[in-house]
Amino acid sequence: MADLTTNFLGIITPNPFWLASAPPTDKEYNVRRAFEAGWGGVVWKTLGMEGPPVVNVNGPRYGAIYGADRRLMGLNNIELITDRPLEVNLEEITRVKADYPDRAIIVSIMVPCEEQAWKDILPKVAATGADGIELNFGCPHGMSERGMGAAVGQVPEYIEMVTRWCKQYYDKPVIVKLTPNITDVRKPAAAAMRGGADAVSLINTINSITSVNLDSMSPEPSIDGKGSHGGYCGPAVKPIAMSMVSEIARHPETHGLPISGIGGVTTWRDAAEFMALGCGNVQVCTAAMTYGFKIVQEMISGLSQWMDEKGYESTSDFVGMAVPNVTDWQYLNLNYVAKAKISQDDCIKCGRCYAACEDTSHQAISMSADRVFEVIDAECVACNLCVDVCPVENCITMEPMKAGEVDPRTGKVVSDKYANWTTHPNNPGAVAAE
Amino acid sequence: MPDTTTTGIVAARLSGDALKLNFADLHAPLADHEAAVAADRCYFCYDAPCVTACPTSIDIPLFIRQIATGTSEAAAKTIFEQNILGGMCARVCPTETLCEEACVREAAEGKPVEIGRLQRHATDTLMAKQAHPFVRAASTGKTIAVVGAGPAGLAAAHRLAMLGSDVTVFDARKKAGGLNEFGIASYKSTNDFAAREVDWLLGIGGITIETGKALGADLSLDDLAAKYDAVFLSVGLGGVNALSVDGEDKSGVSDAVDFIADLRQASDLTSLPVGRDVVVIGGGMTAVDAAVQSKLLGARNVTIAYRRGRDRMGASKYEQDLAASKGVQLMFNLQPKAIHDGEIELAYTDGSAEVVRITADQVFKAIGQTLMTDAGLTLEGRKIAVDANGRTSRKGVWAGGDCASGGDDLTVTAVAEGRDAAMDIHASLMGGN
Repeated sequence: MADLTTNFLGIITPNPFWLASAPPTDKEYNVRRAFEAGWGGVVWKTLGMEGPPVVNVNGPRYGAIYGADRRLMGLNNIELITDRPLEVNLEEITRVKADYPDRAIIVSIMVPCEEQAWKDILPKVAATGADGIELNFGCPHGMSERGMGAAVGQVPEYIEMVTRWCKQYYDKPVIVKLTPNITDVRKPAAAAMRGGADAVSLINTINSITSVNLDSMSPEPSIDGKGSHGGYCGPAVKPIAMSMVSEIARHPETHGLPISGIGGVTTWRDAAEFMALGCGNVQVCTAAMTYGFKIVQEMISGLSQWMDEKGYESTSDFVGMAVPNVTDWQYLNLNYVAKAKISQDDCIKCGRCYAACEDTSHQAISMSADRVFEVIDAECVACNLCVDVCPVENCITMEPMKAGEVDPRTGKVVSDKYANWTTHPNNPGAVAAE
Repeated sequence: MPDTTTTGIVAARLSGDALKLNFADLHAPLADHEAAVAADRCYFCYDAPCVTACPTSIDIPLFIRQIATGTSEAAAKTIFEQNILGGMCARVCPTETLCEEACVREAAEGKPVEIGRLQRHATDTLMAKQAHPFVRAASTGKTIAVVGAGPAGLAAAHRLAMLGSDVTVFDARKKAGGLNEFGIASYKSTNDFAAREVDWLLGIGGITIETGKALGADLSLDDLAAKYDAVFLSVGLGGVNALSVDGEDKSGVSDAVDFIADLRQASDLTSLPVGRDVVVIGGGMTAVDAAVQSKLLGARNVTIAYRRGRDRMGASKYEQDLAASKGVQLMFNLQPKAIHDGEIELAYTDGSAEVVRITADQVFKAIGQTLMTDAGLTLEGRKIAVDANGRTSRKGVWAGGDCASGGDDLTVTAVAEGRDAAMDIHASLMGGN
């Protein structure tokens, strides 16, 4: 079985699966259960400054959207940072870290954008023996109205400034957690880097309203008839998170900056995908909140099996392997031609591919009187919609055409040469390939 | 006190409580959560095979999607637009050979979407509100006679009334409903559902029911044709085929359809007599219904003897399995030779010379039913000949359901035939041909 031991910023954990700063890591009891279940590390739920703690609403904190069979696809929350006293959290962190020296405890922090506030809290956090800190520049709800969380994360200059303070007053790794509620995630990432951050973690949650109660006309979760946008997470946000991760991983200015991947990681496969896109480890929340801490066992066994199958000996072997394959549209090979192919043995004749193609795409699937569905190569643009809507896995596949074959749609011979939009004759700005 | 070992045909072999349990709903209705889970499984197929397989062409993917999105009443309306007896069909349709057999998930996993139970969920939801979902069109001024208040007649009457005509439905029995009321196993239609469904259906208005009037005896086709603008015959098959063997006249020998009707009309199941050793002759749904109910009433041994092989049996595989699971013995390629006191003698039809003798204090005949009167119409085989629109050989007279040619003798087929004949009657009366 592959060794999952992971070194992230010099912090060694038995596996790359950490719990993200969130309700599951709010207190000693939960964190001990998480470590017993096998999690490699936790990012303790965000601490605020000393004094009376924040308060939470006393009604629903979460809203959800569902897939088939009420499978939770997306969750949003309006919970704030820890609502327990700073001292209690610090004591608990100290105790748990002492008992679990082989697991990572990272302390998430959110205090006002004043140097003194950071100067005050950092020594206290350092005294717990925790392995590092994560700066919560991401929470989109509640705290951002008070000039913290996403309000900081949306201003690169603030990120750089606060990160610099942290590096100045704290000597262990500093991770900057980024908000996705911006237009270009590379800017805050670069700012964190300039401030001396050891890593970034992303994404924090996305501004969201999960549903509207059509009786009360209140957004959900509803507090006495009113709702506020909450932070969205879970499987539904994974594609957004992976895109943002990949942008940081491949941008020249931020390339090589360690990343802790967050956003809908639910299975070992999700984790491997984030890591292939450049994440040194991953953080999980919604999956644990949906199924409990035990899911880490599947993540551990699944990642190990896959690494064994691929011959990877360490998680670092495959981190970032997919990054070189993330490119801009303009560099995609326009000479690559594929056609959909329907396996008649696997087809259950539901006709969804036909409806999708006939109504909304390219009329490239034929239907016979006895419900045999076949691809019309002369019409198929290989859009993949049929593959995406087919309920049977691998029933419809995209088959690349071989060089030298004639594409019946265009009448052109398929070339084995790479040619992209930058040199395409239809591109007014094309440059001759020389 | 009699029990399952008591010889002869006696009542109360089982306690009232045991009988109540035995005759409870065969398929309990889906609770809201179960319906949500079941509805989620539908793939919303294009030109769905289940719709093609449904004799009434209910838009099944649409109604299931309507259930899934929390609008079961809209789902019910989708069903009733095609099949006004969708409630009964949800209970009695052999879905395993119709929609559910065609379901792509049957092909994919061997587990079809539970279309029948979802249909029941939707129709029960709407009917519980006692809301009749349709309103009548402006009056056409036309009057139509429907003879036979079974599924075909009720479907035709409802459609004609909805289209604005006034309909009188005659039935030979004391109660409307036809086979829905008298011919279906009790555990498929509990809580007096057939009668409640008729009441609900009549909510459309414009339909008068006259019971105790039989064609041939109390009514003549000539009179009806003279008095009404059109006549729809849905008299079913009132006669029962005879075995034509020695001993058929013995006291323990009776028609399965009467036994089933008595069961359905009984208010006290402990009053119903059944033999200790029962043999049912036949291989269709009626044979299975009679056999299973005999067993449920407390018969010790129940045997179905069918003259052909299992593959030719009219009852579906599901029905055969149901019978077997209740302890009914299925025997094939056997036909009765003679009925003796306490015993039936059967001969093999596959050429083997053996004779089988089975202890029997009760024998039910379920070898098919026949038309009671042709009313002067042309027949096709032993049924009233009709064209694709249900037109008979006589102008102004339509027919559908079991009495008419074509189609399987299923409730759902009868509904489709009644509905379609009604559309043709309407078109014809409103200036067509």
